[in-house]
Amino acid sequence: MSTATLSPAPVAPSAPLTKKALTADHPTWCPGCGDFAVLAAFYRVLERLQYPQESIVTMAGIGCSSRFPYFVNTHGGHFIHGRSLPFSAAVSLSRDDLHVFVFGGDGDGFSIGGNHLVHTARKNVRMTYVIMDNSVYGLTKKQTSPTSPLGFKSKTDPTGAIDQPINPMRTLVNSGASFVARSHATQVNHMIEMMEKAARHDGFSVVEILSECVEFYEGAFDAGNPRKGGQFRLIENHDPSDLVAAYKLASEPWPGLFGVFYDGKRPSKNELEAGLITKARERTKGASDLELLQASFRKAR
Amino acid sequence: MDGASSSIAPRSIQDVVIRLAGNSQDGIQTIGGFLARLAGRSDQDVMTYMTIPATISGGPSIFQVRMGTGEILSVGDQADLLVAFYQESYNGHIGFLRPGGVLIYDSDHVTPEPDDRRFTSVGLPITSRTVEAVGGSSKDKGKNLFVLGLLARLFELDVAKLTGLVKDRFGGRSEDIVRNAMLAFDAGYGYPAEGLRDCFFRLDAPVKEEGARPKVTLDGNTALTYGLIAAGVRYGAGYPITPWSSIMEVLRTELSKYGGMFVQTEDELAAVSYALGFSYAGHLAVTGSSGPGLSLKMEALGWGTMAEIPLIVINVQRGGPSTGMPTNVEQSDLLQALYGSHGDAPRVVLAPRNVEECFNVALEAARIARKYSTPVIILSDQGLASRIEAFDEPDLQKLMKDPKPDLSERGADFKPYPLDRITRHAPPGSRIATGKYPTVTGLEHDELGHPSGNAWMHQKMTDKRREKLKALAAEIPLPEIYGDAEGEVLLVGWGSTWGPIREAVSRLRKTGTKVGQLHLMHVNPMPLGLDAVFKRYRHVLVVEMNDPGLYGYGQMAMLLRACYALPHIASVAKTDGLTFKVNEIVVGVNKRVDLNRVGAKA
Repeated sequence: MSTATLSPAPVAPSAPLTKKALTADHPTWCPGCGDFAVLAAFYRVLERLQYPQESIVTMAGIGCSSRFPYFVNTHGGHFIHGRSLPFSAAVSLSRDDLHVFVFGGDGDGFSIGGNHLVHTARKNVRMTYVIMDNSVYGLTKKQTSPTSPLGFKSKTDPTGAIDQPINPMRTLVNSGASFVARSHATQVNHMIEMMEKAARHDGFSVVEILSECVEFYEGAFDAGNPRKGGQFRLIENHDPSDLVAAYKLASEPWPGLFGVFYDGKRPSKNELEAGLITKARERTKGASDLELLQASFRKAR
Repeated sequence: MDGASSSIAPRSIQDVVIRLAGNSQDGIQTIGGFLARLAGRSDQDVMTYMTIPATISGGPSIFQVRMGTGEILSVGDQADLLVAFYQESYNGHIGFLRPGGVLIYDSDHVTPEPDDRRFTSVGLPITSRTVEAVGGSSKDKGKNLFVLGLLARLFELDVAKLTGLVKDRFGGRSEDIVRNAMLAFDAGYGYPAEGLRDCFFRLDAPVKEEGARPKVTLDGNTALTYGLIAAGVRYGAGYPITPWSSIMEVLRTELSKYGGMFVQTEDELAAVSYALGFSYAGHLAVTGSSGPGLSLKMEALGWGTMAEIPLIVINVQRGGPSTGMPTNVEQSDLLQALYGSHGDAPRVVLAPRNVEECFNVALEAARIARKYSTPVIILSDQGLASRIEAFDEPDLQKLMKDPKPDLSERGADFKPYPLDRITRHAPPGSRIATGKYPTVTGLEHDELGHPSGNAWMHQKMTDKRREKLKALAAEIPLPEIYGDAEGEVLLVGWGSTWGPIREAVSRLRKTGTKVGQLHLMHVNPMPLGLDAVFKRYRHVLVVEMNDPGLYGYGQMAMLLRACYALPHIASVAKTDGLTFKVNEIVVGVNKRVDLNRVGAKA
């Protein structure tokens, strides 16, 4: 029996999925945190997508933003620091019937989980990853993060950060993620649009959202916020399937551009693995599990 | 065997230890494997042992096979027959040949010590005869099959079965390869008997029991892999490391046939994370590694304990610490398996005693993981991983488990972490009647999975995670004692030391001492009542392949002393990277116990 292609259990038609049904614990974030807006936008995305509630999985690693799953009333998990991608990849790969969303911060995604980000992108596992980037370690109270700019003063860099920060868009485009977008937590409609596109993408989709930590890095993203005198520059006249152009856009100076940097088509690992299963089962002529293992033992006689 | 007779008629023997010594590229593992498979097919008992150099290619290598009609428990302390391909093979292994044994050497490469009369020595031009037989190039590929032919002749092996195995093995390749293999085999088989007249033997025919199941011949890693499949494990993830890799290689190919999947991940951290993800999704999953990789998995295993996720983790132990001795055997990860994680993380740890139990332990691990919703670590080792043994084919019809996840709707009383029951997770996809969907978490939590910093709750949840393993302990039967149920010495072991310990017990009992053996497959939690058993003996000696450390006790000995506070528990431990010889155990016992003391004998 194939366990990879599970048909969901027959269910009675459900009422439309609303924010009310999706609301769980009250968020524990500091007042004014950008993550509230991301959460609100995510409810709206799920309202638009109308997936069955039991088929949505909300996962996270460790960090302020990674508290996310407690605030969304879906199946979900709070895994360890930096490793929510491999965990969630397994959920996606073994369960076609689920819609997997992963939330995390810049420390989780680009520092302790940096290797997993690159390899999940390379494998193109079907799921959506939302990185709420605040450019600081907030949960541990202000240490330098992998996206903190040069000169940023923190408890671990009291005289200013000296290590070159990661450029998330360049990293993601480079690592083979098949959908890469960027948004700003003050731009709710744009966030909804980006997350919805990401969710509808067949493959590994990433949305980086600049989400301000008012406690430890106030004003970090003002340069991208028109209400604070900045500029929210949208990507225009760009072919999202053009990898080289995406890389160039990603190299624009701070605060950079917002929108879909890359949207490419290549088979997801889900599809490729399913292909291997189909081929193997053709070769074994659909033999039962028992017959297959019996055959293996017969060869060892 | 005794090399004294000069009759050409074969002498009947019960079992034989053959050591083939050459280089790793000579294919001696291949023919050793053929011999083992043949023995299994002929309903003989068999056990093999090999060393592989840790180099990338080449280097000295041996394959040892012991086969016969009785129960074969160890691979043999001494060889009855040594085949030496090179001078260094001769130099390195002649000391392992028992006096009166037979030495066969390649006279193209080896000049034996002329004055050494302890053995029946036969020199054959193995290299040149192979080249002659196969013809064409001067390459000596096929020497191994020449030797296989020779052994078939010497031991009256079943040539039809043997050549069948050779053809099976090479059949997928070109005709030439099979033809050359058979030419070399025939040349060895037909080598003029002159000079070999003292070396003809016949293995006693085994008595096949009525209705006995056919024998299968597998190595430990393959048996473990098939056990996982029988147990309904269809998903897993891993990262290559010796000697675990062959398990993940086989799973990668096999699981897709069953509709499952094995993912090769970027590192060990991702491997255990994937496995936990598969399990969370409702499929009991497996990950595995060897010692250093287990260390890397420890953080995520802590999560597995806290979030109460069923999981199977295989650790094929090797010599450590660090890169250590990747192709040698050791049992030095016991305490890592039990206590390697942060925090109070009670662990289930199982250890198979032989190849057959590698299969069974996977089923037991899966049963426990599911029933108690917990990670289970299986401690195998390098010796078991590559060792080949014959055993009765398991009754798969009875044993196969259904891998289907339970996605049924959970009732109104569903809680992911109930205090009064064992956790039964609802995998994603299952509807929850209350409309409240669960979050599985590594934070301390309340019954519904909400984060909780409440002191009372942390104590209650710690109790919950501990008590379920105590419930498991209560259902584990006490292992049967082999030998004397009380008396002078109890030898306690775990894992692959079972066979040599059993032979040592038999040997010690022949001297009139009352000796028993107790072997633990359930290493943690241990079955209840062990202390009562220990008190029935004057000495309890724990035989294990790890270092007695700063305080003079091996890892299991330390654990048992800590658990039971019995001062008569001591250690027979070693870490030379090799499996125990029976004699080493006997000597170890004698060092610690004065068996000639008045009253020591029964």
